[in-house]
Amino acid sequence: MSNTDNSLYPGLNLTGVQSEANEKAETNVFGFWVFLMSDLIIFGILFATYAAYLNPVGLAGGPGPQELFDIKSVAIQTGLLLLGGVAYGGVSLGVKYDSAAKKVMLWLAISAILGAGFVFFEVSDFIDQAHKGGIPQASGWLSSYWTLVGLHGLHVSVGILWIIAMITQIKTRGLDDTVKIRLSMLGVFWHFLDLIWVGIFSLVFLVPLS
Amino acid sequence: MIQQTNPIFGRLDWSVTPYTDLLNKVTSSTIVGAGAATVLVVGAIGAVALLTWMRWWKPLFRDWLTSADAKKIGIMYIVLALVMMARGIIEGFVMRAHQATALGTLAAPESGLVAPDHFAQLFSTHGTIMIFFVAMPLLIGLINFVLPQQLGARDMAFPVLNQVSLGMTAAGAGLIMISLLVGQFGTGGWTMYPPYTGIEYSPGEGVDYWLWAIMISGIGSTLTGMNFAVTIFKKRAPGMHFMRMPLFCWTSLCVAIMLIYAMPALTVSSTMLLLDRYAGFHFFTNAAGGNMMNYANIFWMFGHPEVYILVLPAFGVFSEISSTFSGKKLYGYTSLVIASMSISVISFTVWLHHFFTMGSSVPVNIAFGIATMVIGIPTGVKIYDWMATMWRGRIRVTTPIVYLVGFFMLFVIGGLSGIILANPSIDYQVHNSTFLVAHFHNVIIPGVLFGMLAGIHYWFPKAFGFRLSETWGRLTAYLFIGGFLCTFMPLYVLGLMGMPRRSPTFQNPDFMPWMYIAAFGGVLMLAALTSLTWTFWTSWRNRERLAVPGGDPWNGATLEWSSPAPVPEWNFPHIPVVTARDDWGATKRGGDPWRGPDEYVDIEMPANTYFGVTLAGAAFLLGFAMTWHIWWLSIVSLFTIVAALFWRGLQVVEPVIVPAEEVERADKQYRDRIASLTPVRRVEEETEHNRGVPDITEFAG
Repeated sequence: MSNTDNSLYPGLNLTGVQSEANEKAETNVFGFWVFLMSDLIIFGILFATYAAYLNPVGLAGGPGPQELFDIKSVAIQTGLLLLGGVAYGGVSLGVKYDSAAKKVMLWLAISAILGAGFVFFEVSDFIDQAHKGGIPQASGWLSSYWTLVGLHGLHVSVGILWIIAMITQIKTRGLDDTVKIRLSMLGVFWHFLDLIWVGIFSLVFLVPLS
Repeated sequence: MIQQTNPIFGRLDWSVTPYTDLLNKVTSSTIVGAGAATVLVVGAIGAVALLTWMRWWKPLFRDWLTSADAKKIGIMYIVLALVMMARGIIEGFVMRAHQATALGTLAAPESGLVAPDHFAQLFSTHGTIMIFFVAMPLLIGLINFVLPQQLGARDMAFPVLNQVSLGMTAAGAGLIMISLLVGQFGTGGWTMYPPYTGIEYSPGEGVDYWLWAIMISGIGSTLTGMNFAVTIFKKRAPGMHFMRMPLFCWTSLCVAIMLIYAMPALTVSSTMLLLDRYAGFHFFTNAAGGNMMNYANIFWMFGHPEVYILVLPAFGVFSEISSTFSGKKLYGYTSLVIASMSISVISFTVWLHHFFTMGSSVPVNIAFGIATMVIGIPTGVKIYDWMATMWRGRIRVTTPIVYLVGFFMLFVIGGLSGIILANPSIDYQVHNSTFLVAHFHNVIIPGVLFGMLAGIHYWFPKAFGFRLSETWGRLTAYLFIGGFLCTFMPLYVLGLMGMPRRSPTFQNPDFMPWMYIAAFGGVLMLAALTSLTWTFWTSWRNRERLAVPGGDPWNGATLEWSSPAPVPEWNFPHIPVVTARDDWGATKRGGDPWRGPDEYVDIEMPANTYFGVTLAGAAFLLGFAMTWHIWWLSIVSLFTIVAALFWRGLQVVEPVIVPAEEVERADKQYRDRIASLTPVRRVEEETEHNRGVPDITEFAG
């Protein structure tokens, strides 16, 4: 396309060079990054709390990581979520190279399905852990575990809802500038969740199991 | 104390109002409680009656509640803050009156105006209100009003989000207000430390009121911070480089950054306490691996930056007024910028000084003590800069200058007592005493309150088109200064004499003389509040004589003074092209500053929407329903919030277009008006001759 040289957001392929859409993208996308920074602080504090409660006092005689964590399921979740991130790359490329709306929607659907698979395995892990007595009420450590991992899971679920909303919007509006800007923010959000998960995978699961 | 939960009314029943307490037992305490509830009820009925009588409902919704105009949102924030401040000051007075009568004996320790539990509610609501629902809305409101105008922008980056932020703050304030009438407030102070505020020791609704009010308004403040940051980074007028921004914009930027990074900590600590209370989690309990000190830790990660969130906008105001009312350029602009930014960074590294006595190791305490002392350096730089700005200036002793001078004297004392407290070994002696209470009031009142009132006085004509009475304004300022001195200086002494803070009673008769002085200070504070109210009233009555349609009553130097007063919705007929720091001042030096733009264009303004009001109402109901365990209503209101978010998210809202002809007509009218007004000299600034058009040959800023 012609406008990729001077556009601030070449990846979004917006109409016009110094256009209103570009200006809007700049404000909205930057604002969304700022929002995620704030969100990151919330996760940061929860990570620190988890680390602080990961000791015999925090475990308070309740079930511990060795009994509760199923590393195989966690590995599957990791795979699904990160593949979901890769699938979103299809969305971004589709927007950049002006692909058909159908193709973009397909990639969105794949991302959502992979994300849903992640949520499925996570929830079944939670249920399993609850059966083993690993409920959040059992100890300070479990409270922090459920809150941190649960909040991430909640984010992923919201992301899936957002993807569904975007598919509806592409259907009704087509790939116009507004939708493109929203897709780019959704992309930032979706990859942000991968990033948090890498932290959770390492700190929450690998550290106590190692 | 296990309560039954009714499926429809939750834990609500007829016994929750203070009137029931009054009927059960008539004491001075229950009379005060029922009186406060009555004031709330009468005030609410009066407001509804006034709105109906004057037929103001429609304009209220059309022009204000549904507006996404940052200036109107700012004014609504300030109105909310002033209403809450009236309650906060009255509560402060009741506490002083109580302690002045609270001398008990060892045999009969309980005495005084109110019962101990009532006293605990008073200091908890007083702190919560003054920090979250007075200081925060005051500064957020002032920034909302001033920031876009100073940056040469039309509005905030996200006008509707701004409306939502206001709605969240109002919903939180509403929860605090309704707690006067329905049920009790928490008794754990404004910080609500567990385990005392955990479900085991505080099973009632009080802590929940606090938690929901704080969480809901906290979300609003976080969003506000993002809005300010994006506005400053992306919405500056062409040519408005960072180092050309007025200092108030710089301090707003600091505030924005701190809100973004600090508010989430409060959200986390409150959510954890909420999970402990509602779902039996063990974050902060005594048993099962909870760690209550983690609450203090996370809370103060928010709490300390919060202190600077409060005071930095005031520093911005002082920078503007010291320059304007001295007729001089601001001294040390760059150093003030560096100092503001340093303060906002260092403020994140000192939070542990709020719990030195937790028992961290000596090196940890020392590190935080030193960091705390270091933060005094940039603050000191600022004080010197303002004094140097006034040095040999052409100072007019207007109301803002009275506040500024009061600030100089008092804030330095408060800062020095802070340096004393920063020393861990001294802190071990005086922590949790009234010495601390005196210290933080000594920085917050002269810092935040004086700064905000000075700012309101300074920018009031820009909002409403007329000046505030200088006579009454100065009287208010003197009363606040005197009231502060009498109320809080005795508390330093009492603290050193060993009086713990938050004491409902004491047995040492030596405290009494100081208590009486403090109570007299409380009277002065009430007088100051009355005088403040009167200032607005009398100025409104004299609005014809105080009108400043020219829009530049103080011969200012920054962009907001280049527009008419009251300022039109679109701020500027044409987005200004900025060529200098203090651009409006530079234009004045160039001569003929009121020349109109060459061409007029259509202006896009954000459309009115009920989004903010809807979310505010639903959030209030959610908080109320959760507090009283009314589950169905919680689900309904939560669903409303989610549905509103989706509904809004799926829409593309078109802006309102103001046609170029309308802008041109309004602007030409203003320019003609300017030409017909006589410029006023500095010496006549306070007289009727001040019509908002200054004598530009006198401009020296």
